Formats: sequence, structure tokens, C-alpha cells
Amino acid sequence: MSDASLSTLAAQLAAKQVSSRELAQVYLDRIAALNPAINAFITVDPDKTLLEAAGADVRIAAGNAGPLTGIPVAHKDIFCTDGWLTTCGSKMLSNFVAPYDATVIERFKAAGMPSLGKTNMDEFAMGSSNETSYFGAVKNPWNLAYVPGGSSGGAAACVAARMAPAATGTDTGGSIRQPAALTGITGLKPTYGLVSRYGMIAFASSLDQAGPMALSAEDCALLLNAMTGFDPRDSTSLEREKEDYTRDLEKPLAGLRVGLPREFFAEGLNNEVAAAVDAAVAELKKLGATPVEISLANSKLAIPVYYVLAPAEASSNLSRFDGVRYGYRAPDYANLDDMYCKTRAQGFGAEVKRRILIGAYVLSHGYYDAYYLQAQKIRRLIADDFSEAFKTCDVILGPTAPGTAFKLGEKSDDPVEMYLNDLYTIPANLAGLPGMSLPCGFDTKGLPIGLQLVGNYFSEAKMLNVAHQYQRATDWHAHAPEGLK
Amino acid sequence: MSLSTDDIKRIARLARIETSDAEAAATQAQLNNIFGLIATMQAVDTAGIAPMAHAQEVYQRLRDDAVTESDRHTTFQAVAPAVENGLYLVPKVIE
Amino acid sequence: MKWETVIGLEVHTQLATKSKIFSGSSTAFGAAPNTQASAVDIALPGVLPVLNRGAVECAIKFGLAIGANLNRVNVFDRKNYFYPDLPKGYQISQLAKPIVEGGALKIVVEGEEKTVNLTRAHMEEDAGKSLHEDFHGMTGIDLNRAGTPLLEIVSEPEMRSSAEAVAYARALHTLVTWIGICDGNMQEGSFRVDANVSVRPVGQAEFGTRREIKNLNSFKFLQQAIDYEVRWQIETLEDGGRIEQATVLFDPDTGETRMMRSKEDAHDYRYFPDPDLLPVKLDEDWIERVRAALPELPAAMQARFQAEYGVSAYDAAVLTGSRALADYFETAARACGQGKLAANWVMGELSAALNKAELGIAASPVSAAQLGALIARIQDGTLSGKLAKQVFEGLWEGAGEVDAIIEARGLKQMSDSGELEKIVDEVLAANQKSVEEFRAGKDKAFNALVGQVMKASRGKANPAQVNDLLKARLQ
Repeated sequence: MSDASLSTLAAQLAAKQVSSRELAQVYLDRIAALNPAINAFITVDPDKTLLEAAGADVRIAAGNAGPLTGIPVAHKDIFCTDGWLTTCGSKMLSNFVAPYDATVIERFKAAGMPSLGKTNMDEFAMGSSNETSYFGAVKNPWNLAYVPGGSSGGAAACVAARMAPAATGTDTGGSIRQPAALTGITGLKPTYGLVSRYGMIAFASSLDQAGPMALSAEDCALLLNAMTGFDPRDSTSLEREKEDYTRDLEKPLAGLRVGLPREFFAEGLNNEVAAAVDAAVAELKKLGATPVEISLANSKLAIPVYYVLAPAEASSNLSRFDGVRYGYRAPDYANLDDMYCKTRAQGFGAEVKRRILIGAYVLSHGYYDAYYLQAQKIRRLIADDFSEAFKTCDVILGPTAPGTAFKLGEKSDDPVEMYLNDLYTIPANLAGLPGMSLPCGFDTKGLPIGLQLVGNYFSEAKMLNVAHQYQRATDWHAHAPEGLK
Repeated sequence: MSLSTDDIKRIARLARIETSDAEAAATQAQLNNIFGLIATMQAVDTAGIAPMAHAQEVYQRLRDDAVTESDRHTTFQAVAPAVENGLYLVPKVIE
Repeated sequence: MKWETVIGLEVHTQLATKSKIFSGSSTAFGAAPNTQASAVDIALPGVLPVLNRGAVECAIKFGLAIGANLNRVNVFDRKNYFYPDLPKGYQISQLAKPIVEGGALKIVVEGEEKTVNLTRAHMEEDAGKSLHEDFHGMTGIDLNRAGTPLLEIVSEPEMRSSAEAVAYARALHTLVTWIGICDGNMQEGSFRVDANVSVRPVGQAEFGTRREIKNLNSFKFLQQAIDYEVRWQIETLEDGGRIEQATVLFDPDTGETRMMRSKEDAHDYRYFPDPDLLPVKLDEDWIERVRAALPELPAAMQARFQAEYGVSAYDAAVLTGSRALADYFETAARACGQGKLAANWVMGELSAALNKAELGIAASPVSAAQLGALIARIQDGTLSGKLAKQVFEGLWEGAGEVDAIIEARGLKQMSDSGELEKIVDEVLAANQKSVEEFRAGKDKAFNALVGQVMKASRGKANPAQVNDLLKARLQ
């Protein structure tokens, strides 16, 4: 049952073959069995989950069920959830019980999806390995000695290990797509502005976007239907008509032009990943698509640009964590200023502090133009490259990450090495474009390989169509890690 | 360019993060590596390029001037480190 | 050495909106601590700002009222610093692209008119309040004020004396209350003035180093603080000292300014465009709608009062000291058709009575229509000036309308000439001595006779008529 697709689960719930409570219990049992080894969850509260599931059962019985009512979902611990501990993976919020629901949480509640708990993540979403969490590293279900990627590492690992049929993630520079790739699941980062950021603890506001993580493109489409929509509480939320993201899933791919950015197949790309991506291109050709070579010449600057802009925004966004109104306050201090300095030195981990310092520096007097403004200008060049590319192709395809999962501890002492993991994912965040990752093979160590699609603005339905057709023709997404039962 | 430990101390001070001399030295090496990576961006000619601050070229939506919030201070202050008589307490502020 | 003072003012006006600039919390003054501080105002993790249309409209009104340039696209920035009354660790403000740039305000100092140019006005959010009374050696933070919309109005450094600074601040106060964007309540902090003050030797082109006096909440303190600061700076320089750029506070108890002890590194605010807020677009339709709805402004009204009612420039300036006063005057003037007389009554009898009772014009017990009716009765000869004052007292006491008071108290001027002639004859008969003195050439004796007649008529005789009758009888 834990391998079932969301539409299968929905059908079983509708046919009363299983209740929402029973279904939730199946996943809670797997969490109880597997989570101690994987550490994908920060908070699990079976009583709350079963209470919400009972509510879903009432809705189903009353005939008020929506397409996902009764199916449980796990939420990244970046979303404020009323009455739940909401830590953002940080000591700073290790005692923070949120007094309100993020819009994303509200939407899933409205859809009738019980929460299975709050998933582990890199602290404040800063990391690509889930090793910066105050609550300990998450292990990759495919090999517990390896990282699951990050920052939505807990979300990716819990779906890969079938501890949840679906999860929410957030993606600022690849935090949905890279862990999806490293754990062999499907994850989608929507166009910036489609999903409300209200209640999602901010990392870099102009880049952050929430999205679904699940076993297939079809599941992601169903979840996206529940997540998206205009929210008056988020000024960057776009006022658009509601879309059905499942509408084009079954469209044939004949005539589809797939752009292959030559820069994404260059130096730095692992051979096994390159081969798997090439094989995926061949598969899509069989399905009627035409590969087109494109260039995203400025995308090589995406990492430096990102490591100016994201820390700059983060340094300001994280100023509210000062020990005054909520969260951690240092136990001993001499005066107000000392309280601030000690609270923040003790409450934040090393990577978060590093990024705050980078951000404070690039915004400080005398450096703003050379760093921040320059980065914003190159951000435009990167976005312009995409607009140009979409004149000759319908969707862009490439690797999600330069390699497969790496060993725990392997890169945690070298920030620059860690940052290079997001080489292919960051450009879509800078441009605000939708991107997704889906499994396309395994390396010789048996670790999953991710295929990335980047679409034009608001072309989620098309990307999902391509991914779904690929997943109908292949079964990479159906593989489950062994030895976890 | 490279950052001195004084630079590190200065920005740590701006960011209100207590940093010992040893931490500043360790951070200095890491930040210099990162700024080495960032430096590749600085040589790019961006004359005439408008900075891009937002992912979408849209304008701010405006909210009607209406009171929509009610008093929730008891709930909010339940998670506060120190409160008294409805006030958040902090070490004495000196002006 | 002769010194010249240079002053520029930064005024924080709280905008008269119902809700805060970025949240739906009430802006009402005086609520219990933190009861008007929503999730957005206390900066809970994950919350986001949404801009209040009302605040933007206030800024548009102001820009139009001072003839400024309205930036059709303006941008919110974050000003980063740590302070417990600043929950986000940054203030949302406007730096590079403020909503209002330029504009000017006319002031009058000792009869001289002067134009003060404005640099800019930008929208921003107010901070909360730190309460320093002792909580076991701690400070209490109330965030009810956090997020109240402010328009920070910055002048050019064009004022040359504390008197000019006060005149500018008063003119600005009049304007912002006039157009209804600020309640002007200085005790409650709705209108707060920071003064940038420097001195330089007369003739020197460069400005001296300035010190900023923060948070002056009365015109009196503004004057005192600048006067003290100027004296201090000149003395310091004349003693061979140097002025360091600094932020200072004014202590009303000692009348002195002193350096602030905190915010020592506050100068590196790391401004950058707020990624949570998009650029604000002002479309022409909106601007024109606001323009059309603006009231007549003080300067235009002064010119019209002079032309239409024949009042002096000085009187016109006094009468437009507030919109309520100007409206009062104009209603009274229209009711009686006597502009100059109305101006005299408003600025004389009425103002004196209001001052004595410590009332504002809006709370005047005598309405503008009543005052107009009273003046009309002077004009048609029913009342003498003296009787009119008695009627005014009646109006003030709430004794009814003008004609009813005249009737009830028998204050009508004597118009029956037969009755007056009788009184004149009686007075002449009883005061033969005065009559003889007058005939002997003593003019004073005539005035004594007039006085006697007025007394005998209990003030109701028309003095001109008494004069004529007496002269005729004595010839």
C-alpha cells in the first residue's frame, strides 16, 4: 500500500476499502519503524495525525471529499503549523510552537489531507545535504551512509522510504529538486509567485518557492492543484486563474522541442549522470520529442550571483531572531546587546552564521554596488538567457545535480564544494522559472540519478506532461530502496 | 580581494553574532574561499543592465485600509522568553 | 566672528489611516500593550507585509499639496538595525525611490515671506515603544505602534533661525492636518520633529558639521532645543573645539541637548530593496482622483480671503491657521456678508473667549452661523458693538439664537426717535451745568452729555443718533 500512487489511494478511500485513519496508521507505523535510522522527521504526533484523519473520514462519509481527502502528507518544518513545533531545523526555533498556519498548511487542511508530521531540513533551508540541521543529519534511504540532499532532505527521504505518500518542500536554490534527485523521487518547484509564501519561514524571499514532492509526476500534479492559488497575504503571490495541473498529463509528446543547454553537459558533470540523462533524451525522442541544443551562457555565474543575493536577503530575514518575542534566548548575558550577540551566536549553526555574515558584508557600506547590485544585474542576464532559449524550445532538460548522493561528512567542511551541488538548479530560481526533478537511473553504487526539467513561466502543466509521459515509458520512479521493511 | 579578521569582526558586530578571535580566524578562511567563488561574477560587464530585484515584473498590490486583526497577544506571548503585563521584557535599553 | 545657523528638518507624521501600513491591525492610540500587535507587527516567522492603499493615498495628497514630483514607480527598502522596538530587525522605508520628491512650503517670519524647499517625503513604518519604568531592571516593549504608517518629510537645509524652523514646522503641521493625512496630535507623537543643526561663519559656502536633535514633540521644545544647540556649537567652535556629527536628545527639564548613548554603529543600515514588496505604481487616474478631492489649500485660501473679503494678508494668514478656523470664518462671513467684521470678531471676541476657556475652534459653543447672524444684526443697526458683546455672551452661554436673546434681554438698539428725544430732553434738563459749559466752549461737556443719554437709555441708544439729536438741541 505504501507504494501506491495518490490516485490509487484516493480510489481506495472513496471505495471505503481503507479509512483515512487506517491509511495514516500504515504510514505512522512505517515512520515508527524507519525514522530512527533515517531521521527524516523532527516532529511526529500520531494523536494529532489520527484526529485529522478522523476528520477526513467524516468528510468522506458525508460525501464532501476532494480528490486528495484522507491522504496523509508530511510537511517540511519550514511551514508554520498551528499548535505544532515549527523549528526550521534550528536551535533558534527549537521551542517554537507556531500560533498560526502557513497558507500552504491551510490549503492542505482544506483539501482534507492529515499531516504526518514535520520533516527535517537543513537549518533555515541553508544546505544541500541536510547535515546543517540542529536535529541531526537525515540519512539517504538508498544507503544510510549517504546524504539525502537538502535542504528538503527529510521530505525527500520520507517519501523515498515510503514513510509518507507525499510531502511539501521548499526550493530557494534547488532544495526540492536536488534532494528529489538524490533520493529517487519526483519534486517540482513552481513558477515564483504561484504558491503563497505566507507562513513559510523566509530564507531568500525573492527566490523561495514551495512545491510538492512525491513518487511521480502525476502525484505532483495533484498536489500542485491543492497548493497553488492567489493569497492576498503575500504581496508576491500572483493573481491568476486556478489551473488543473493534471489536464495535459496524457498528451503525446510528438513535436515537443527539448532544449539541451550545452553548459549543463560540460565539465564537472559525473559520467554516470551524463549517461543516464543522455538515455532519458533518447527515450523522449522515442516518444516523439526533438532535442534542440541551446545555450545558457550566463548560467555559469548563477552560483556566485546566488551566494550574494540569497545571503543578503537571508541576513535581513533572519534579523527577527533576536530572543525577544519567541524562540531561543541565551541564558546568560550582561546587557541587551550581549543578549542579542549571544542568543544569535548560540541559536544559529555554523552555515547559517556564515551566510548571515556574507549577506551583511555584501550589503554593507561601500560594497553594495560591487556585490549586491552587480549580482542583481547578472540575475537579469541569466533570466534573459532563458527567455531567449524558450524561443527555440518548449522545455529545457539536463541533470538535476552534477553527481549522485555523497557520503555524510564528505563535503560538510568545505562550503564551496557543497555549494557547487546546486550548479544546475540555481538558474531557475534566479529567473523565477518552474523546475522539476524526476528519477532517470541509478549509478553503479545503486544511488538514484535525477533528471531536471525547466519550463517557461507558468508551464507547469507542460513539464508534468513530459515527466508523466517519461514515467509511463520507464519505471525508474517505481524503484524503492530495499532493506527498509 | 580578501577579508581581514577585522572585517569579520565588523560584520559579525553588524549582524549581532558574538564571534571570538579564534572563530573570526576560522570564518575568515571560509569566507575568503566563498568570496573567491563570488569574484568570478565581478569581472562581468553589466553596463546598462537594469538590476533584477524580483522574479516577476509586476507591481505591488494594495490592501484596502480596514482593520482586520483582533487582539491575540495572549497566544503570541505564550511562546515569548519573558513577558510581564502584556509587555515583552528585554535587558534595560539605554538611549 | 559672526555665525550663521543652518537648519533642516525631518518630520515624522503618523498618517491618519485606520489600519497599519503593512497589516490589518488598528492604529488607534492608547490601547493596552501589544493588543494591537498582529502576527505581522510582531514579526512572527513566515509573515509578510501587504501595503495599505490608504497610506499611499495620504502620501499622494501630500505630494500634490506641496507641488512635488510624485514618483510614478516608487520602491520600499529595508533599513537594517537591531533594536527591541523594531521586531523584524529592519524598518521598511523608502531610500532610493521615495514616493514624493521636491515641492515647497511658504512660511512667514516677522512679516517676511520665505519659501522652504522640500527634499523628499517617503512612506515608512513606525517602531514600537520601549517603556523604561522598572520591570526588575528590564525594559518593557509595547509593539502597538509598530507598523503605524509614517510619512517622513525632509526639508532642504534652508532655515537660518529657530524662528524659521518653528514657522516651517507650524506651516507643515497646518498643511498635514488641513489635508487630513495626520491628526497632528503632538502629545501622542503623531507629528515628531528631528532638527539637523549646524553653524558656519557668515560668508562661508560649505556647511558646518551637523548634529541631529531627535524626537522634538512640541514647537516650544523645537525652538529651545535649536537655540541651545546653536549656542553650544558656537561656544564649542569659539573655544577651539570641533563639532562631531552626532545624534542628540533634548532634555526639556534642563533645556540642554545630550548625545545618545546607543546605536553607535547604526550608520551602516545595509539598505536594499525589500524582496517581500513589489514596486508601487501610481496611475494617473488615481492621482487625478486624489487631486480633485483635495480641499482648497491654505495658500490659495489666503489669497482668496484677501480678494473676496478684503481682509489683510496678516488676517488671512491667521484665519487659515487651521482648516476648521478657516471654515468657521468663511461660514460666518458668508452668513453676514461682512468679511472684515467677521474677521475682527473671529480673531477678537471669539478667539479671546476660546483661549480663556481653553477650547479649540471645533468645540466653540458659538457656531459660525450664530456669529454670522450676530454680525448681521450689527450691520442692520439692531445692535451696537457693545450690545453685540452682550448677545455674544448669551450665545456662549447657550441662551438661544441671536434674535431670541436680543428679544429676551431687551437688547435692541433704540430706533424710536420720539423715545430718544424724550430721554435727551430729560438729560438736558437735569444737566444744565454741562449745557452751560458746552456753550462756553468746553467740548468735553458734550461727551459727558452723550454718556448720560447712553446711560439713561441703558446702552440701547444708537450713539450716532444721540450725537445728532444733542447737537440739534444745543444749537
